[in-house]
Amino acid sequence: MSRHTLSVLVEDKPGVLARIAGLFSRRGFNIESLAVGPTESADVSRMTIVVNVEESPLEQVTKQLNKLVEVIKIVELDPESSVTRQIVLVKVSATADNRGQVLDTVQLFRAKVIDVAADAITVQVTGNAGKIADFLRIMEPFGIRELVQSGMVAIGRGPRSISERSLRPVPIPIPSAG
Amino acid sequence: MTEEITGAQSLITSLEAAGVEHIFGIPGGAILPAYDPLMDSSIRHILVRHEQGAGHAAQGYASATGRVGVCMATSGPGATNLVTPIADAHMDSVPMVAVTGQVGAASIGTDAFQEADIRGITMPITKHNFLVTDPDEIPRRIAEAFHIASTGRPGPVLVDVAKSALQATTTFQWPAELHLPGYRPVTRPHAKQIREATRLILESRRPVLYVGGGTIRAAASKELLALAELTGMPVITTLMARGAFPDSHPQHLGMPGMHGSVAAVAALQKSDLIISLGARFDDRVTGNLDSFAPGAQVIHADIDPAEIGKNRHADVPIVGDAREVISDLVVALRAEADNGNTGDYEAWVQFLAGVRGKYPLGYDTTDDSLAPQYVIERLGAIAGPDAIYTAGVGQHQMWAAQFVGYEKPRTWINSGGLGTMGFAVPGAMGAKVGMPGSTVWAIDGDGCFQMTNQELATCAINDIPIKVAIINNESLGMVRQWQTLFYNSRYSNTDLQSKRIPDFVKLAEAYGCVGLACDSPEDVDATITKAMEINDVPVVVDFRVHRDAMVWPMVAAGTSNDDIKYARDLAPDFDEDDL
Repeated sequence: MSRHTLSVLVEDKPGVLARIAGLFSRRGFNIESLAVGPTESADVSRMTIVVNVEESPLEQVTKQLNKLVEVIKIVELDPESSVTRQIVLVKVSATADNRGQVLDTVQLFRAKVIDVAADAITVQVTGNAGKIADFLRIMEPFGIRELVQSGMVAIGRGPRSISERSLRPVPIPIPSAG
Repeated sequence: MTEEITGAQSLITSLEAAGVEHIFGIPGGAILPAYDPLMDSSIRHILVRHEQGAGHAAQGYASATGRVGVCMATSGPGATNLVTPIADAHMDSVPMVAVTGQVGAASIGTDAFQEADIRGITMPITKHNFLVTDPDEIPRRIAEAFHIASTGRPGPVLVDVAKSALQATTTFQWPAELHLPGYRPVTRPHAKQIREATRLILESRRPVLYVGGGTIRAAASKELLALAELTGMPVITTLMARGAFPDSHPQHLGMPGMHGSVAAVAALQKSDLIISLGARFDDRVTGNLDSFAPGAQVIHADIDPAEIGKNRHADVPIVGDAREVISDLVVALRAEADNGNTGDYEAWVQFLAGVRGKYPLGYDTTDDSLAPQYVIERLGAIAGPDAIYTAGVGQHQMWAAQFVGYEKPRTWINSGGLGTMGFAVPGAMGAKVGMPGSTVWAIDGDGCFQMTNQELATCAINDIPIKVAIINNESLGMVRQWQTLFYNSRYSNTDLQSKRIPDFVKLAEAYGCVGLACDSPEDVDATITKAMEINDVPVVVDFRVHRDAMVWPMVAAGTSNDDIKYARDLAPDFDEDDL
């Protein structure tokens, strides 16, 4: 098994997320991470889907996704030539005794304190999956009280956009009656 | 200024604009506004007795004519009763549009009376579906539905229209063009793939044309005949492709698969090149995948890229419409032939002719009881290749696929992928509406017949004179066969005792049909001839056959095609040495 990151451009229509989630579930593929949001084009949303599968089922997933009428384009992002980011908000126990230690770690990871209470602080950390895992491992001994993590978003490096060609409108002449 | 009309009027005008001539359906609360303008429409609406019948009728209509079949139902139970035919159409790539009423937009999500999330329910079993709450969207959604259902790999599209949208005021404007940025089916095959396929075909020594239902949907029979005759390659037709290539043609080895002919199964297993045309390597064809056609390279042509390489690796994938792919192959192979390059398949053709001669399709006749295969064989002979045959699912379906004898496409209509018992009667009804000049026979089992026979009333009342042959073995025959073979002949819940209850002859008469019965071989021809002479009302013939007949050959589920049994405990002997 290996991890693959798919960027999926979809029409921004009601139910499109349900179609995609349903397809993954009925074909027996697990979504490791999913993030959805608007793009530079109105009416087009972009999903970043991380799946953990072999090559040949991945091809089947991609082909089945492509069959969905509202899916416009699918690109698998090469980890070498793309940037991935997730965001985590984590509430860590921090007493007067160890708050300094916690804050040192936060600084080390270029994370940010976003809320402080008497015996806890809430930290925001952004990065790729590896950095986030490292950060959480080091925070663990202090006592993680609550954690919330976003799906991964990813974008290719360089000047080109994945949406350049696929979004040009191609009108379909209406079939003649009868 | 455009005239103001209701959403319901817009819906009916849109269906007319899409070319609809027939709708099978049942009204109800949420769809009721649409039924009012339907009364004044050019569209003939056929009031069925159960929505499942409407769906299968739309499938039968579409499969017989090649046009989009249309069914209509109300919200909630009306819509959920369409689920089985929609799933069936999805599996067998039948172009169909289902229009359902939905509760008013303000009530959606409140568990309102007769509310069901039919768009959500049918997401995995439609090619696409829509929920329309804005009346102005109705023409565009209907136009899109017909375009999506009928192009690319055909399939069912559901349009769920909220009652509030049907009642609201709108204007009608048929769209001049559609914008579906994510829907661009590829129909033209890539020239490079055609060249590569041509090379493999000429190099191979044991090729086989493995023909699937896609060739019928693509109307590619003429091109297929040209390809087969140009090259001399043997042809096999799957359950969905019976009729795509004439059964009488000497190159035709019959149907592959679980109940295929020994020669067709051997042609796959011993092949060095499978040329798959609109087929999908279904488990009922391949048997155990690991031992399927071990020596074969594969050229896989399909309009749906997701079918290619799904079950079996394709050495040469070709995405395209079956007719275009076959035409291009004919052009390329003819050019090669003109230069003296043809394939050498002589030894292979001889080998397969030997297998076919040694293991023909056949059946045992016991004492003076009626063999189901004999009934079906005679039916095919008397009704002939111009008739349309539908079937339910089970033993009678397999015998109908084996023994009728098909010469033309769109004359064999059945539920292949989903395997829906009860398909035959409503399927025949739809086929007869679409092809009123053709004789339409529903070949049904007594189990299947009892699932959907209420549509006999629809047929009798609406002047749809179908003919039904009930192959009555008083049991759920295919399940009983498996119990015989794999469950030590313990017949748990497969005995229908239906020679007495119900009495099918009386049932037919109660439905305004002619009921006939036949229980001896001597009466078969006369009974069929009599049924053929009745053309003003539907005819139901109760053929009381013996119950222990089994479908052979058989590849048991999950086993290798190499382990095909010609009859119980009789494995055919075909070896590599013979090649």
